[in-house]
Amino acid sequence: MYSRAYKWIVSLPPLLWVGFFLLLPYGLMFAHSFWLVRDGFVVHQWNLQNYHKLFANPLYGEVLFRTMRIAASVTLLSLLLGYPLAYYVSFHAGARKELLYQLVIVPLWVSYLVRGYAWKTILGSDGVLNGFLQYLHITHEPVGFLLYSPFAVIVMLTHIYTPFVFLPIYAALEHIPRPLVEASQDLGASQRATFLRVILPLSMPGLLAGATFAFVLSLGDFLAPLLVGGPSGTMIANIVQSLFGAAYDWPLGAAVSVCILLITVTLLFLTERLEKRWSFK
Amino acid sequence: MTGIHANGRAPLLTIYAALVFAFVYLPIVVLIAYSFNRDGVGGFPPRHITLDWYRQLFADGAIWDAVQNSLIVAAASVALALTLGLLAALALDRANFPGKALFRRLVLLPLILPGIITGLSLLMFAVFIGLPLSLLTVFLGHGTALISVATTELFAGLQKMDRAQEEASLDLGASPWQTFLRITLPSLKLSLIAAGLLIFTLSMDEIAVTFFLIGRDNTLPLEIWGRLRRGITPEINAISTIIFAVSVALIVVWYRVRMRGLGEQPQELLERP
Repeated sequence: MYSRAYKWIVSLPPLLWVGFFLLLPYGLMFAHSFWLVRDGFVVHQWNLQNYHKLFANPLYGEVLFRTMRIAASVTLLSLLLGYPLAYYVSFHAGARKELLYQLVIVPLWVSYLVRGYAWKTILGSDGVLNGFLQYLHITHEPVGFLLYSPFAVIVMLTHIYTPFVFLPIYAALEHIPRPLVEASQDLGASQRATFLRVILPLSMPGLLAGATFAFVLSLGDFLAPLLVGGPSGTMIANIVQSLFGAAYDWPLGAAVSVCILLITVTLLFLTERLEKRWSFK
Repeated sequence: MTGIHANGRAPLLTIYAALVFAFVYLPIVVLIAYSFNRDGVGGFPPRHITLDWYRQLFADGAIWDAVQNSLIVAAASVALALTLGLLAALALDRANFPGKALFRRLVLLPLILPGIITGLSLLMFAVFIGLPLSLLTVFLGHGTALISVATTELFAGLQKMDRAQEEASLDLGASPWQTFLRITLPSLKLSLIAAGLLIFTLSMDEIAVTFFLIGRDNTLPLEIWGRLRRGITPEINAISTIIFAVSVALIVVWYRVRMRGLGEQPQELLERP
């Protein structure tokens, strides 16, 4: 139906653009990770030195491990908040369903930075939460550990990713044929059994999609640690950022980035396979 | 919705859901409340309501320069991402070429990868081709990264489209160009508006990629970021409140647009982020 010329005209510009402005830049990232720095200049000499450094210095492993722990906590908490919320909106909200759904969407459109900043003002030692606690005479002095800690990073990221986790789970719950749920109950299964054996398995693809999303984006976050994390909340992307900034070792920074990229891609690949296994046949 | 389960009351679940809503909205409420607090951010409860911070904000030249920069970058990014996203969606829908599967994945990569990786890759690229960092590099970054959003949305639009109309148009003697302008584009109108709004909002808010591509002129999020390092003032609450109000206004527009599309589900766009 469409002529050869038509196909060329629609394919060529995006192919060239994406090749030039995406493939080439990502390729450069890979290339840098095999180059090195000498006297403050990047030297195009192929070697494995950067990766060797990453494995030799335990600092990188430590930070990566902490990052994974933070990302896992964020993922778990977002699921614990997002799943019941999605379940409630999908099964129990009745006439208010559409409104509640929209209410979960709204914060998604509110700036990441604005929300991070809000947590900074809440958790700070002269912040809103401390003011509140002292107002109620629960504490008499500011509690200092709230801000500038991995705890603050986890709170902020959980707040940001809960609506993101909610969305695919809600979509999956909405796609469950209601007669299936009714059949389970009519046949005598308890609410608990219906949930565990019908609803939860059928919503698994949505749960996995949400979890992967929260984990992957937390893993590569460098702004939350800068904003509320303090030194003890440093994450792997902060290492990358400082290697590209003050430390000026782009090749080493690129090698760390490639590691983040590989973890991300591996996870996405694994969940894609898992989702297929769980998806409704 | 029928059945025991669906209508059953679940008081504990309801309370839990209310608490989650409270957690999600608490920071936003605090943010707005303290933008009117004379004594600054912190302390409880907020006392002495004032509009001083808004007055100070409106007199703040640097913020409005940054807003202007952000608007320019966002508008240009919408134009670039929509144009290339439309072509890419048409290519994925209608053409076969070697590397199509790779192309599809590559286009979506900026949506999936952490912003720092895309940002740094583009930084290395800019240095490599000798392009100085400025709003131009920020625009190239936003525009390119957001092709992903445009492609996803427009591809979904194309898949739903009835090809018979295009076929009829071509059969009745219209040129491919006329058919594109009179049939293809109008039937993608809703997807184009929705994608445009989303790209605009995402670009206005983008920080992770922008962080590495910014030159001397700041976008709004980077201007705010710079100020946060110097300390907290309710002026930031005031600008955040305005951003929030604008975002909500945009959602209402977006929602209206989506609702006008017959049989379209509003959640599709964000279903698989």
